[in-house]
Amino acid sequence: MSWGFLRDLLSGVNKYSTGIGRIWVAVVFMFRLLVYIVAAENIWKYEHDEFECNTKQPGCENVCFDHFFPVSHIRLWALQLIMVSTPSLLVVFHVAYRENREKHRNQKLYKSPGQIDGGLLCTYLVSIILKTGFEVVFLVLFYKLYNGFKVPRLVTCDIRPCPNTVDCYISKPTEKMIFLYLLVATSCLCILLNLSELSYLIFKYSIKCYLKRYIKKHQGLKSNCHKSNIICDNRQAAAGHFHHSSLSLSLNIQDECGKSSLLP
Amino acid sequence: MDWGALQDILGGVNKHSTSIGKIWLTVLFIFRIMILVVAAERVWGDEQQDFVCNTLQPGCKNVCYDHFFPISHIRLWALQLIFVSTPALLVAMHVAYRRHEKKRRFRNGEKIDIEELKTEKFHIRGPLWWTYTGSIFFRIVFEAVFMYVFYYMYDGYQMPRLVKCDAWPCPNTVDCFVSRPTEKTTFTIFMLAVSAICMMLNLAELCYLVIKICMKDSRKTTVLK
Repeated sequence: MSWGFLRDLLSGVNKYSTGIGRIWVAVVFMFRLLVYIVAAENIWKYEHDEFECNTKQPGCENVCFDHFFPVSHIRLWALQLIMVSTPSLLVVFHVAYRENREKHRNQKLYKSPGQIDGGLLCTYLVSIILKTGFEVVFLVLFYKLYNGFKVPRLVTCDIRPCPNTVDCYISKPTEKMIFLYLLVATSCLCILLNLSELSYLIFKYSIKCYLKRYIKKHQGLKSNCHKSNIICDNRQAAAGHFHHSSLSLSLNIQDECGKSSLLP
Repeated sequence: MDWGALQDILGGVNKHSTSIGKIWLTVLFIFRIMILVVAAERVWGDEQQDFVCNTLQPGCKNVCYDHFFPISHIRLWALQLIFVSTPALLVAMHVAYRRHEKKRRFRNGEKIDIEELKTEKFHIRGPLWWTYTGSIFFRIVFEAVFMYVFYYMYDGYQMPRLVKCDAWPCPNTVDCFVSRPTEKTTFTIFMLAVSAICMMLNLAELCYLVIKICMKDSRKTTVLK
């Protein structure tokens, strides 16, 4: 039980995602999870053992390491991956709830339980917002904890029991920095993908809503025109000598009907 | 055999759980077992190796480490997760027993659809309600007990940077330094918070089941009237 669980979870979510959502899953797998497992873990594996201070005072290295690395980069990275993948579970739960409802009532309530519409759209949008929120929070946390994304070669430490200001050397600083920058770049890419997916969904469904309303209005107007044409013809037949006025009346109505059909 | 085996066992129970039970199971797997395996185990991985005492006296470091960490956090968490997951097995056993009974009736000549029997979801009613509620109660008790054990054993949830040790064979009061105390404190508080969330979920599920059965009973009595 380890990262395989997360991989299965994300593969399950893929079914109900949009195209951009699937690209996001692919980016998370290839450029974040895989890089973490095959490369990053090994870089930070002996970070404590290879952290060396210019002193023989026992305890000084421990204390200095703890001061400069309150929570290790690699642990923050792992937490970020887990937190960013979790909001997708909301969508999985909602789909499961819909399928359950259909089973209970033994009738088809939805076109397809996994189709993004209505309540599921809200859940999906909330999950995207949460994902983006977590990404931003972790990037800010990284920045604040380590004063930027640079890993220095040397840090100076004067915490008890270090006898004086002592030089401490961090292992593999350049390699760590490169991978940190990769982490930041992939996080920013994921944020961009999430924001574009959000805008795409909002745009698509607002257009759909607007079109629906317009078509309803247009259909309502057409049936009104049809009714009023019948009424005019009846009046014509009944009145007879009011031919001109009723003709102009029907013409007016026909004009309105014509106008409404010309409108896009 | 590892945590994956627990996942297989509990996955079967998931079918017969309430919605809150399914959320609890998800939180257990993602925020506790997974965090334990991928992060916490690495943090505590070098705990004895990097436990440094300000003395050259052989044996002093070992004795001091043993005195301050009688049982490691990681091992306590593993035990907690196992104990907290075990009551769900009661439900699994009860469901297996009912399936077995149905199979027996089928063999005795009663008409039962075998395919339906394999995939049947048992509703939480009657004796199964008691088993399920009992399992939730035990889960809550185990969570509370382990949270207390952590608090009692380590005098709170903070990992100190420095501990003073004068156990034999240390020559005098010796300073010993714990490795990664801040990171360990962070993870301890995180695991504590998730335990608390799991306890809340269990309490909510318990209330939901009790209220459901009370409402059903009151409906029955009004119908009878």
